[in-house]
Amino acid sequence: MKFGIQVNEGPYTHESSISALNFVRAALDAGHEIFRVFFYHDGVNNGTRYTTPPQDDKNIVAEWSKLAKEHNLDLVVCVAAAQRRGIVDEGEQQRNGKDGNNIADGFRISGLGQLIEAGIQSDRLVVFGD
Amino acid sequence: MSDVKKFCFLNRKAPYGTVYAWESLEVVLISAAFDQDVSLVFADDGVYQLVKGQDTTGLGIKNFSPTYSALGDYDIKKIYIEKESLDARGLTLDDLQHLTWEDENEDWAEKDSIMVVEKAELAKILESQDVLLSF
Repeated sequence: MKFGIQVNEGPYTHESSISALNFVRAALDAGHEIFRVFFYHDGVNNGTRYTTPPQDDKNIVAEWSKLAKEHNLDLVVCVAAAQRRGIVDEGEQQRNGKDGNNIADGFRISGLGQLIEAGIQSDRLVVFGD
Repeated sequence: MSDVKKFCFLNRKAPYGTVYAWESLEVVLISAAFDQDVSLVFADDGVYQLVKGQDTTGLGIKNFSPTYSALGDYDIKKIYIEKESLDARGLTLDDLQHLTWEDENEDWAEKDSIMVVEKAELAKILESQDVLLSF
């Protein structure tokens, strides 16, 4: 089965990002396909490489990046939500005249249409949030 | 399989206090560009999103409620409100914005978009969807 995933919360306040990670891993292990993971609302905060939790804590951002690399996942951060919350890639840095960027490996910034497309193309769209 | 899917946006949170309602509306408007079969559901505190006469001056944040009246122009014409949620909050249909769409097959006759449905019927509506996005 082909899954689309939506993550609506940041990495630490809520459990939804870890739940999504676990779901994606389990789905891949079971031989399913992940069409795309779309990060919306505070979920965009999963896409900053500046996240530095204590060493004995899970680095959720790094785990997403690692999983994306291993399975060639498409991790998409909503541009409108990202702009509000200071998640920036090179393109956004240039467009908005920022002095740096913070997008994590394996993530890309794109529009909300990518979420609707995930709904159209996937057999199931699974939303992780409150 | 047809490329048109039934997309449903389920709104359960109050319009202010969190950003979910506003960012949900942003997705809804984008979805209109994809020619899908879109419907909206408002339940629990989500029914407050459609209350008319909203004034956010005291909050100092944007009042986005006028945007709902544009949904008809985006060809979004199925808006379901859970009756029990209205009742529990002492609200009636008269407290909500009057949302309409124009039927091109009937000489652009103006029709109501909002349908108040009971919980049991709403369950069937949700069951019939292909893609359910909850906010």
